Amino acid sequence: MSNQIQSIKVWFRNQLTADFSVLPVGISLLFLSIIFQSLNNRFLSGENLANLISQNVPLALIATGSVLMLLIGEIDLSVGVVSGLCASIVISLNVTKGWSPLSSIAVGLIVGALIGLSNGFFVTKFGLPSFVVTLAGLLTWQGVQFTVLHSSGTINLPDGFISSLMSTYLSKNMGYLFALIALGIYALSILNNFRKRKNANLKARSVQASILKFTVLAVIILGLVRLLNASRGVSAAMVFLLVVVTIIDYVTRRTKFGRNIFAIGGNLEAASRVGINVKRIKISVFVLGALLASLGGIFASSRLLAVSTQSGGSDLLLNAIAAAVIGGTSLFGGRGSVWAAILGALVVGFISNGMDLMSFDSETKLIVTGLVLLAAVSIDSVLRSKYRKRG
Amino acid sequence: MSVGKTVLELEDVNKTFGAVNALSGIRLSVLAGEVVALVGDNGAGKSTLVKIAAGVIPPDGGKIHFDGEVVDFRGPMDATKAGIAVIYQDLALCDNLSVTANLFLGREIQNSAVSPLNEEAMESKVLELLSELNVGQIKEIDIKVGSLSGGQRQTIAIARSLIGQPKVVLLDEPTAALGVAQKVEVLKLIRRLADRGIGVVVISHNISEVLEVSDRVVVLRLGKVVANFETKNITSDDVVAAITGSKSFS
Ligand SMILES: Nc1ncnc2c1ncn2[C@@H]1O[C@H](COP(=O)(O)OP(=O)(O)O)[C@@H](O)[C@H]1O
Ligand SMILES: [Mg+2]
Repeated sequence: MSNQIQSIKVWFRNQLTADFSVLPVGISLLFLSIIFQSLNNRFLSGENLANLISQNVPLALIATGSVLMLLIGEIDLSVGVVSGLCASIVISLNVTKGWSPLSSIAVGLIVGALIGLSNGFFVTKFGLPSFVVTLAGLLTWQGVQFTVLHSSGTINLPDGFISSLMSTYLSKNMGYLFALIALGIYALSILNNFRKRKNANLKARSVQASILKFTVLAVIILGLVRLLNASRGVSAAMVFLLVVVTIIDYVTRRTKFGRNIFAIGGNLEAASRVGINVKRIKISVFVLGALLASLGGIFASSRLLAVSTQSGGSDLLLNAIAAAVIGGTSLFGGRGSVWAAILGALVVGFISNGMDLMSFDSETKLIVTGLVLLAAVSIDSVLRSKYRKRG
Repeated sequence: MSVGKTVLELEDVNKTFGAVNALSGIRLSVLAGEVVALVGDNGAGKSTLVKIAAGVIPPDGGKIHFDGEVVDFRGPMDATKAGIAVIYQDLALCDNLSVTANLFLGREIQNSAVSPLNEEAMESKVLELLSELNVGQIKEIDIKVGSLSGGQRQTIAIARSLIGQPKVVLLDEPTAALGVAQKVEVLKLIRRLADRGIGVVVISHNISEVLEVSDRVVVLRLGKVVANFETKNITSDDVVAAITGSKSFS
């Protein structure tokens, strides 16, 4: 009996000291679901979930960039404005200038990448703190956004490719097919890992833990598809988000580039001493972060079917950083996962959507989101000091 | 113990910082398979000497021979590539990464330049290395380094230096921050490095520890080598006398 308690304790400790633990954010999501569902049984309906997901795809994309920035120990305060500026450029080229959707999007993304490049350049070349550089960027790009939208102030988006980004849904069968493909890939990667460890004569990882993880994931994914299929179905935007995050997660955990990102965030001095090109990696991450913000902006405009001087403003920046941190990314660098962006964005989305259903005003929503962020940051800080025993 | 040929030799190395003669006319040779202890008072020039040998700072004059050739290190990476590993006092480990990731930091194994990391190959090598070094205290290698004790971290830092198969390992005060039991472990480990045929240079302030671990003791005083003892011939009084300059040994 005490043996079991001991092993549960060890499991918890491993969870908490892992690069990234889904435990706190997973519990938060469960907790919020139970509260909101019990207060309003429409909360977990397919329709509301579809709505909630589509509201939060842009946020999750931007937050994914914020996670990468936090992993290298930097922060980008211009992501909201960059998303608004890029969306404004894309929509104005497409609608006002009559460019094709794809070339408009390409220009928007290039502008986003260049902004990231410039941020990264100023931070690495002059050793400036990223919050200062990107704060300056926030003002600058806001000005540019106003200039781009000058003549009109607001541009409405007619039907077309860009508006279809957020309004395309998979058929019921395609939704299940997508879920099965995703689970299949996950299962294959687990099996492949077992095979490689066996070939290298390494101790096998726990089979039970793998089966448990797979089962939990399968239940969640298939359950979600079933709920969504009861309404409009799985949205193409959600599939896009999941594919992007899966790829970035793979890059951060399985490639040399990703390992360098974690090393820089963990101990900058150690990273440069072993010859990691810190500047190059940092600049790449600034570019990636800004690209993701631009993508998020384009999806946001597709959802609202318009861009305006308000696009990318208001609480978008804070929500993006909140999502990253609530999801379990450390503000101190080097700890986290891009999945944190999605889970954290869901928490932010749950709070906002759930309180909408209960017709709370936006003031209360801001206060609650702020408190949750504060709790997440405190947990991060406590975990960081508690599990760094020395002796 | 099998002591081999000279692997590292400094010949008349000088270094000044402004008006300070940090090192003048340093002659020092390190043989394969021996532990040389470098001792001296604060400011004697020990760290400067290690930094020059490690390519961190260039000497103002003199020559460095490594493995029979004159070398001119342009930076720490040159020295690392040549086969000189340095373990600084701050260890420079990434607390957020696993033991394996730390050991291979900056030289991860990939099947090709664009392949993902070959985690299995790295883990196998780490297990092999740790068992060769006979370090029992580190049982899990995918644990985060941040949760290890000071002695275990020192062990990781030493083991890491061996991944590149160095011929010389330089350690700047490796036991300064450790408890008694951990000190013993680390000293044993240093001895094992020499047994593998590596030339080891250890900076230390602790004289009893120096006498225990080293084959030779080189004493620096005000930037000069003032004594070069065979450890078996001396007592701690000799070392103290050389460090303080109360007695001349040259
Ligand atoms: N980067 C530097 N700039 C100026 N003076 C230095 C520098 N590094 C070392 N010194 C001086 O050189 C001398 C030797 O220093 P150091 O090698 O650190 O001594 P030790 O490690 O033996 O205590 C000291 O007088 C120190 O102040
Ligand atoms: Mg020193």
